[in-house]
Amino acid sequence: MSLVFNEDQVMLQESARSFCREQAPVAVLRKMRDTKDPLGYPKELWQSMVELGWAGMTVPEAYGGFEFGYSGLGIVLEETGRTLVPAPLVSTVLLSATAINLAGSEAQKSALLPAIASGESIVAFALEEGAFHNPAQVALSAVKTADGYELSGHKKFVLDAAAADHFVIVARSAGKAGDTDGISLFVVDVNAPGISIQPLSMVDSRSAANVSFDKVKVPANALMGAEGAGWPALQRTLDIARIGLSAEMLGSIQEVFDRIVDYLKQRTQFGVQIGAFQALQHRAALMYSEVELCKSLVRKALSELDRGDEAEDIPALASMCKAKLSEVSALISNEGVQMHGGIGMTDEFDLGFFLKRARVAQQTLGDALFHRDRYATLRGF
Amino acid sequence: MSDLESFRAQTRAWLEENCPASMRTPAPEDEVVWGGRHAVYKNPDSKLWLDRMAAKGWTCPTWSAEYGGGGLDKAQSLILAEEMQRISARPPLVSFGISMLGPVLLEMATHEQKLEHIPKIVRGEIRWCQGYSEPGAGSDLAGLACKAILDGDHYVINGSKIWTSYADKADWIFCLVRTDFDVPKHNGISFILFDMQTPGVTTKPIKLISGNSVFCETFFDDARVPAGNVVGRLNDGWTIAKRLLQHERTMISGFGLTSGRNNRGGLSGNLEQTAMKYRGDTDKLSDPALRDQIAQFRIDSEAFALTSQRSAQEAKLSKGPNATSSMLKNYGCELNKRRYELLLQAVGTQALGWESLTEDASDFASEELAVAREWLRSKGNSIEGGTYEVQLNVIAKRVLGLPDMTSMIEKQSGKL
Repeated sequence: MSLVFNEDQVMLQESARSFCREQAPVAVLRKMRDTKDPLGYPKELWQSMVELGWAGMTVPEAYGGFEFGYSGLGIVLEETGRTLVPAPLVSTVLLSATAINLAGSEAQKSALLPAIASGESIVAFALEEGAFHNPAQVALSAVKTADGYELSGHKKFVLDAAAADHFVIVARSAGKAGDTDGISLFVVDVNAPGISIQPLSMVDSRSAANVSFDKVKVPANALMGAEGAGWPALQRTLDIARIGLSAEMLGSIQEVFDRIVDYLKQRTQFGVQIGAFQALQHRAALMYSEVELCKSLVRKALSELDRGDEAEDIPALASMCKAKLSEVSALISNEGVQMHGGIGMTDEFDLGFFLKRARVAQQTLGDALFHRDRYATLRGF
Repeated sequence: MSDLESFRAQTRAWLEENCPASMRTPAPEDEVVWGGRHAVYKNPDSKLWLDRMAAKGWTCPTWSAEYGGGGLDKAQSLILAEEMQRISARPPLVSFGISMLGPVLLEMATHEQKLEHIPKIVRGEIRWCQGYSEPGAGSDLAGLACKAILDGDHYVINGSKIWTSYADKADWIFCLVRTDFDVPKHNGISFILFDMQTPGVTTKPIKLISGNSVFCETFFDDARVPAGNVVGRLNDGWTIAKRLLQHERTMISGFGLTSGRNNRGGLSGNLEQTAMKYRGDTDKLSDPALRDQIAQFRIDSEAFALTSQRSAQEAKLSKGPNATSSMLKNYGCELNKRRYELLLQAVGTQALGWESLTEDASDFASEELAVAREWLRSKGNSIEGGTYEVQLNVIAKRVLGLPDMTSMIEKQSGKL
């Protein structure tokens, strides 16, 4: 298996990079923040990304997608991480489209996947209920009624809820919090009576909200897959999204690291470039090694996903990626500020945006502690 | 059947027939075969296995058959390695001749030099040692002072080397000597080969913190070496020295690779299972902090193995060593050191025995005693073959392109 990009992948990387640099530099996110944009991303920017095919990269051709594969999507995500592009890639493409494709009925897939690939639809993924990622703890209740289900409960930290027309909701139709049996997935129109959205202002300036479900009546055909048997599809969806998010984090990590090395060559003190000081050189060299390890893990996980049914070890690879990338992302973002000195602390400089995004991305879909625990369990200790 | 498929079938059949049963188990330290004039074969099957493999050149599968190697291409040698791994066959021979000197001779020596030395490396007849570091030249290796003065058709060598691994067991030495004293330090070094039985050559083992003496001090007192034993051009030895160091670092970074796998046998073989065993745990390691640290170590090990793989793929594409390879030595060594630190935590005071004082080893089992010794040995990983700090300097300057303060200092002191 190749861990090195082929020609097509290098071309995709180059075009994604120049798109992000030109159309979506960090200044775009800064503007979203400064104008308190309620959507969290510029609509026309997302439309341009859709036109490049990014929304449908992993959607099957039969449903209007391009089947370019996860390695391709990973390359795009890496580049969006380099400039902190605000876009509903994690929520709609990585999480919801994957869940719909894996668990959805024919009707659900035909209705939503082409709409996602064409940019008409944004589907948010409502999973978390506490301050920590813990999918098995889902308690939002789905009670069976005569003609469907009634959903009641609270979801936290729902990414891109403000822009969404639908939610994929992880609910409990049986059992108690902590059980993996009894979890059901639903896809619901955001305008269904009883849904209220409370926007959040997060440090990374990206869109997220708390969402309440007060006896929301949904038809029987809102259920995705079999009732109470949603756990395997949920796990697979989360693993794919964890790997994809790791690709985005890899982009941010590399960008900050590149900026650090550039600064070490530019900044002069005591009459020499500060990069001549061994105390800084050694820290830079150690960071380089960690970045290399991150690259290998992400590439391996993405190319394994592309093997489809033959893919092996995806849960462990997803946890390795998310654990390692979270760890290194903390290291590099902290060193980014420190090595830039006072200017790294200023809002005018971009580094703060990377630091803030790093922490939110670390927590999203499980931090390093969560994933090392999961990895240990998967490896039998 | 394709050529490779039939090669695999033949190889499999040959190994089945020729690999003795006792050679299909992990080799204890005292059964590892290093070869040489004074080789002792504790297990006679080791000798049989070596001779059979050497006759096919499969101790050095990819080396040219002209010099006794296996003459296999990359794909075939991979198949051989896979087939050996399939039956858990031991490497028939381990040596510095194979991992360090041989590749450099094949690349840079004359045809006559290759004919003289390569076949003996392949067959394990001559055991080599490395004369690099000196008491006054460690990280600053090019500052070496051991001198070789031409006298007729011989060089007369005077000086000493230190940290010469297994010099007391070696038959020949590949050695860096100063042959020009009036030029910048890198430009006056030559790479020379000679017999350790040459009059004037003596060795003295150095006892290490692990209690073992794998390293020696080596002294040269008017040792006369034929001038034809210089490899490459006179005074161009630094080029060869660096090339050989690359091979050495690749070998050492392999410590980290095996560190990530769980097939090493003994207590270090499966860190997490060992930790569970010593706590009486059955399905989950009960100490959450140690469990987290071991998970982190295992993830880093897996990521490191993937990085070695990626680095090899990149090197193949660009046909040369690549930037990534520069971090492998350090990371591999640090992983190995981490493994042993974790192992001490996994096993507690049972890993801290120095020797057994009972006949039935009821105080410390031999595998427990091995942990302490290997832990102490691992501390050398980040010193030998270029220290951790020197390796970080290399990454900072060569890969990241950061300014070189050392050369600034040397230039300044040169002016003074």
